[in-house]
Amino acid sequence: MAIRIEHLEYVYSAGTAFERKALKDINLTIGDGEFVALIGHTGSGKSTLIQHLNGLLRGTSGRIFYKDEDIYAEGYSMKALRTHVGLVFQYPEHQLFETDVLTDVCFGPKNQGLSPQEAQREALWALEQVKLEKSFYNQAPFDLSGGQKRRAAIAGILAMHPDVLILDEPTAGLDPQGRDEILGLVKSLHEEQGITVILVSHSMEDVANYASRIVVMDHGSILLDGTPKEVFAHRSELEAAGLAVPQVTRVMDDLAQEGWIVDRNVTTCQEAAAQILNALHKEKHVQA
Amino acid sequence: MLRDITLGQYYPADSVIHKLDPRVKLLGTVLYIVSLFVFGKPVNYLLAAVFLIILIRLSKVPVSFMVRGLRAIFILMLITAVFNLFLTPGTVVWQLWKLKITKEGIRVAILMVIRLILLVMGSSLMTLTTTPNDLTDGMEKGLGFLKKIHVPVHEIAMMMSIALRFIPILMEETDKIMKAQSARGADFDTGNLIQKAKSLVPVLVPLFISAFRRANDLAMAMEARGYHGGEGRTKMRPLEYHRNDHIAYLVLAGYLAIMIAAKMLT
Repeated sequence: MAIRIEHLEYVYSAGTAFERKALKDINLTIGDGEFVALIGHTGSGKSTLIQHLNGLLRGTSGRIFYKDEDIYAEGYSMKALRTHVGLVFQYPEHQLFETDVLTDVCFGPKNQGLSPQEAQREALWALEQVKLEKSFYNQAPFDLSGGQKRRAAIAGILAMHPDVLILDEPTAGLDPQGRDEILGLVKSLHEEQGITVILVSHSMEDVANYASRIVVMDHGSILLDGTPKEVFAHRSELEAAGLAVPQVTRVMDDLAQEGWIVDRNVTTCQEAAAQILNALHKEKHVQA
Repeated sequence: MLRDITLGQYYPADSVIHKLDPRVKLLGTVLYIVSLFVFGKPVNYLLAAVFLIILIRLSKVPVSFMVRGLRAIFILMLITAVFNLFLTPGTVVWQLWKLKITKEGIRVAILMVIRLILLVMGSSLMTLTTTPNDLTDGMEKGLGFLKKIHVPVHEIAMMMSIALRFIPILMEETDKIMKAQSARGADFDTGNLIQKAKSLVPVLVPLFISAFRRANDLAMAMEARGYHGGEGRTKMRPLEYHRNDHIAYLVLAGYLAIMIAAKMLT
């Protein structure tokens, strides 16, 4: 088990007029090598939750275990935890600061205590993983495009060799092509490096094709937890939480209601196309 | 952590003080502060304290909120008190080697601390009951006469309200950047002063870049909406004096008269 969360609660601005409960009794276990998508409407607590996983926020109550060790135990090194659980924030602008991309990516490994040469080796490896072209290595990070900045930011975390990679809305503000590239990159990291991935998003379309498990959050608690098919079967609950099932699932659901013999729980276009063709085929035969 | 600062925070409530014209509150605060410095007798401090307590009562701002603002200047109060306690010449009450406490020292130290408390509470009463926008509006109109000697009053007021508006945004941004760098193993708490200063570079660079970007966007957005400085600009809610404002001026005059009388008579 990579991460286990037990009865985690978090209260913002405790004791003031602005007190707000952001997390309510969260129980969640994430296994080694899983690809989990954490989905929720804006303000559902998903970003708050992931900041607990590497100790940036400390729960008001409850416990978190990383590899069966209590991270709130006395003497547990948060700094060490942060090298195991890498967190890439939503805005790459918040972490890029050096004069060139390569030096910037070296920042993490250097903080881990590696020598400049070793740090550079890790940085080069990480940049290769995120498929950033070599010509960008010596450019200022601020001259890169949105998608390239995001790659540089991911490389900055990857260079520290985390076992768990958490990405907070990695596709926000990217065009469709950039989005597919980043998500494809995350998927290949998951498959090739065996990294446990937690992907935070509010777009069902994004995660349906990539994640093997979806956790839906609403108002600070976990609403649904299961495979994409299981989760998308709860269309009305998702819509009540301000989320939509992928368009293709919606189309199939509507077709099924119209009396077509198709599977309601379809999550990808390919599956849907096969199902529809199949149904049309049968119809044709019946007519003939 | 950074969000806990209350000095200069607005506390929304429905009270007489909240509804006063910001110009009244501005002038009132200035006169109140001046009165604390000009009239230095204990009886004056007592009167000033009573006046302030009545105002706080009227403003409906919880006292705990006002007191929280004092925490920020606790160190300053402590230093002031200690210096006055030990360095005021006069009749010695207690002595240890070269350190001596005098009767006059105790008196001055206590009065200084009271003065500081009244000062901070008096000015936070203004900021707690006036929105930053009202405050700069009041300043712009109240100091409008300076335009005649070519002081860019409107521009200064606009800069102030923008600066005030951006403080919480930049604080939040700092928080986010610090978290993003902590996630990369940055350490802001350990090390000596030079190491600590160095560890802030990864925070300051993104912060400055984002501040400049925001400033650029804001300037563009303002121009897109036709902003061209104060010339010929009208207000949605122009400041006008009402009955309560006139009464407030009278109360203020009365307060000053009592303070002068108290100083003369004692």
